[in-house]
Amino acid sequence: MHNGRAIGTISLMTEILRPRHSGLVRVTHWLITISFLALLLSGVEILISHPRFYWGETGNVRTAPLFTLPIPASRSMVPTGYGYVLPDQNGWSRYLHFQSAWLAVWTGLLYLGFGFFKGHFRRNLLPALSDLSPRGLATAIGGHRLFKRPSEEDAWSYNVVQRLTYLLVIFVLFPLVIWTGLAMSPAVASAIPAAVTVLGGQQSARTIHFFVSGFLVLFLLVHVLMVCLAGFRNRVGAMITGRPTERMERT
Amino acid sequence: MSKLSRRKLISTGLVAAAGASGVAVAAKLAERYGLIPPDAGGLYGAGETLTYAAQRLLTRRSLAREFARSQISKDPFANEVAPLGEGFQRLQEGAFADWRLAVDGMVARPASFSLAELKSFPCRTQITSVQCEEGWSYIAEWSGVPLSHILELVGALPQVRYVVYRSFQPDWWESIDMADALHPQTLVTHSMNGGELPVAFGGPLRLRVPRQLGYKNVKYITRLTLTDSLKRFGKGLGSASPESGYAWYAGI
Repeated sequence: MHNGRAIGTISLMTEILRPRHSGLVRVTHWLITISFLALLLSGVEILISHPRFYWGETGNVRTAPLFTLPIPASRSMVPTGYGYVLPDQNGWSRYLHFQSAWLAVWTGLLYLGFGFFKGHFRRNLLPALSDLSPRGLATAIGGHRLFKRPSEEDAWSYNVVQRLTYLLVIFVLFPLVIWTGLAMSPAVASAIPAAVTVLGGQQSARTIHFFVSGFLVLFLLVHVLMVCLAGFRNRVGAMITGRPTERMERT
Repeated sequence: MSKLSRRKLISTGLVAAAGASGVAVAAKLAERYGLIPPDAGGLYGAGETLTYAAQRLLTRRSLAREFARSQISKDPFANEVAPLGEGFQRLQEGAFADWRLAVDGMVARPASFSLAELKSFPCRTQITSVQCEEGWSYIAEWSGVPLSHILELVGALPQVRYVVYRSFQPDWWESIDMADALHPQTLVTHSMNGGELPVAFGGPLRLRVPRQLGYKNVKYITRLTLTDSLKRFGKGLGSASPESGYAWYAGI
């Protein structure tokens, strides 16, 4: 298919010239990882104090829910069908949630600035127009080799499915989860009422926040699964040091 | 390691020093303009300070959303409260005619108002939501005396920075800064949905701070204390909430 040796030499040269992931991408990747895991843990803790969801402005145990999660709650007044109440962890969970949200926002802004001004988005994430054709997408999905390790050369660039997924996470899911989070704040809502009304109300914002968080968790799971399939040590090593750890292993 | 030149070391050091002094100056300014919450110490102080400072800079005068009459919750939910005891029951039997709201601390004229007196004061009515930190909410129409009117009556001293408010429930006390205390929608509330404020919803008197979560909207208030510092109250964290692990500022 390819002249493996020639490609190997080229990639080896590129590797010496620039790391696989730039320093800023590596640092922001791990800062977002820390803040996302903290947001997830604290978010779940806050959620179990009222595992019911509504649509519109208001909702409480006396209004019909949109849906209820079949889990126990940490408050006795929520009807759950379980005979016990979980311990209340909302205090530290809320403190941790908002502190981690600030870390995610500052890290995200740093990453966005870098991505736009240093050409990271254009170079590494924007798909080529030709790849966006149905044929190009089919090739990428067909060749996604879910259970086959990608070659070493593949590790130096993202395919079109990866690019679209990362763009979706960065430019749709993260902004949406931050927006819906802020829309739940009574003080922010007082300053920017449209941020809430556009979503259909404060309870709608909470429900959307839950679903977007779910999509982000789904992304995390698939992302980690793919890293494992592609070679966990190598890929994680590249995200820490900038270079694959076992470069020569399969050439 | 060879890339780590002397020049790079020096420039990194300079940037670090500039960053550290920048943070120090920002902290001084934040302190001076009242942008640091009383529970800023500890593990989550950075996040709390960022939230409080950002909202005080950007939303100081914004008005909480008010709703249409048609949006009032038909069947509002009142959170459970601890038993209020015999003393409360006696006051309730007397239609709260003997209920008093004392105002003390840094005031020119300490005072104590009866429910009837408070009801004779200028009244503001607004349809706002109560949002619980757990995630549920309801909308109701609330009427009461703007807290700013009471602060004017008692002659709040210029150095006052916080209003501490206490409840008939002894371990339930809170405080707000002057941005919220003087805010036109902060009401010493005595009526709900056109009638007396029901006991379940905080009657006879509840402080409504609609730009903050439910737990800052303390029920059965009995006393307001004006102060320039929260250090002398409780454990010095601002209110009972941080003492039990919740944030003092609940505008989120």
